[in-house]
Amino acid sequence: MKTRLVISAVLMAAATTGAQAQDAAAAGIAKFREMLADGNPAELFEMKGEELWKQKRGPKNASLEQCDLGLGPGVVQGAFVQLPRYFADTKRVQDLETRLVTCMETLQGFNAEEIARTPFLKGEKETLAALATWIGGLSKDMRFAVPQKHEAEKTMYEVGKRLFFARGGSHDFSCASCHGADNTRIRLQDLPNLTKNPGDGVGFAAWPAYRISNSQMWTMQHRLNDCYRQQRFPEPKWGSDATIALSVYMGVNANGAASIVPALKR
Amino acid sequence: MADPMRIRANNKDGVTEVRVLMSHPMESGVRKDASGALVPAKYITDLDATHNGKTVLKAMFSGAVSQNPFLSFKFKGGAKGEKVAVKWVDNKGESRTDEATIA
Amino acid sequence: MNKTYMTVWASMALAAVAGCSTGGSGVDYDKLAADVTKASFQDKNIVKVSALTQDENMAACSAANVAGKPLDEAQAKAIEAAALKTIRFPADGKFLGDWKEGEKIAQSGRGMTWSDDAKTVNGGNCYNCHQIDKKEISYGTIGPSLYNYGKLRGVTDPNAEAAKAMVEYTWGKLWNSQAYNACSMMPRAGHKGVMNEQQLKHIMALLLDPKSPVNQ
Repeated sequence: MKTRLVISAVLMAAATTGAQAQDAAAAGIAKFREMLADGNPAELFEMKGEELWKQKRGPKNASLEQCDLGLGPGVVQGAFVQLPRYFADTKRVQDLETRLVTCMETLQGFNAEEIARTPFLKGEKETLAALATWIGGLSKDMRFAVPQKHEAEKTMYEVGKRLFFARGGSHDFSCASCHGADNTRIRLQDLPNLTKNPGDGVGFAAWPAYRISNSQMWTMQHRLNDCYRQQRFPEPKWGSDATIALSVYMGVNANGAASIVPALKR
Repeated sequence: MADPMRIRANNKDGVTEVRVLMSHPMESGVRKDASGALVPAKYITDLDATHNGKTVLKAMFSGAVSQNPFLSFKFKGGAKGEKVAVKWVDNKGESRTDEATIA
Repeated sequence: MNKTYMTVWASMALAAVAGCSTGGSGVDYDKLAADVTKASFQDKNIVKVSALTQDENMAACSAANVAGKPLDEAQAKAIEAAALKTIRFPADGKFLGDWKEGEKIAQSGRGMTWSDDAKTVNGGNCYNCHQIDKKEISYGTIGPSLYNYGKLRGVTDPNAEAAKAMVEYTWGKLWNSQAYNACSMMPRAGHKGVMNEQQLKHIMALLLDPKSPVNQ
């Protein structure tokens, strides 16, 4: 990133004042992203994720190859674009990450609560990031089809909608403060309108993503956690109903849009 | 043992294009962590790419190159089915070699 | 899995069964959302779960958003009137500080998140949503441009009697934006303690001082 930053800084410095400068900056950023897209470090996580899916791990020394992500045990392709969904065995609506933890617990003997408590980027949370990246990648370019058949799925959509618009905290922010309108941006970062279908590869269709600014692979749970931090909210518990409800709301709104996961972000 | 590199090699009209994505922290040695302590330097210093055992690219990297470096280059020659190998060595003496088949 | 989830889930399932015939009619989604919120968040460092307790205004504005309809006029007027009453003008009667400090405050987005501590000096977050000084191209568009704020409003001397109304309005807007727009998206900087009086004076100068780059 450091050498690449030099290139984009040169591109930006070449511009003049006012709107020209802004257009040049936007063009510079777009070119920077284009250069980086060829060789997305997320691919390293995809490779790792595939390895972790097939490897015998945990106290039960078993692989995750029998994990049911909603399309039957072991069916990975296409599963990502149909999550979150209701699972009969756990009697709850689960997103990809909480479902993976269910499998890690039942198939491999890991402790679910311990994984939930582990900070992002550490230990088994990194395992989840790699798995989510690989599984997401196997649905690349497929269109979202997050189900709304089961009563619980519909309920989660309604709960997610209310959470999306719930203003709170010291700054009275809600998700909608940034993601509730078309064509707005925060500083120079374009903001998708998540109250409706924001288009292919945007919003819900772009996570997990590799974040260039901090060289980290972020899942949707991680993204939600950090959104809430910036909103001046207290912390959402990892895998809590609030996080899943929001994913249902955003996912269903995105139905029909194509996934570009794993994506590349600033 | 470091994580594997992702290498892609394509031949077209007598020219082979190689793209390598390396998994490496590339710590410059001047960065400080949250507690203010210097994070020790650990970065790739040398890279060697070979085709059928013959060197086609030699590079010297510094701590200025970012984490998980991506390298793209072309060389004259190579044919589908032949092998391209990439080896990196870092300042701590750790190294990694991976190879790919030219498509 | 986790006991907390099972409890909320069981009550949600019960509510769904008890309240609905088909299509979930009769399910109190508002109550469910409140229960989910209660079960899902935890204190983290300086940010407590109590920060999520909505005052009436915010609850009404959030509900209006969910319904997709604007707040009814009478309710909006009542919220604005109550917010107006919360505004506290500077004790010494001086409204403007130093625009150079104001620019620094406008640029800073720090403070009040769980990764900040009690000692962090809060920023105004202003450039996240607004254009302010023309030289700064990294500005957001969530809020209107504030470039030439004072100039466009004919404020040539902020201390003059002619400028009084505009100066007081600007202060009021910064102190509690809801005084002029019931569901304003702008944080209530003074009322919620995001910025102190001195910081607000610096922002006022950035916007209204004829010498400020904003008014060039």
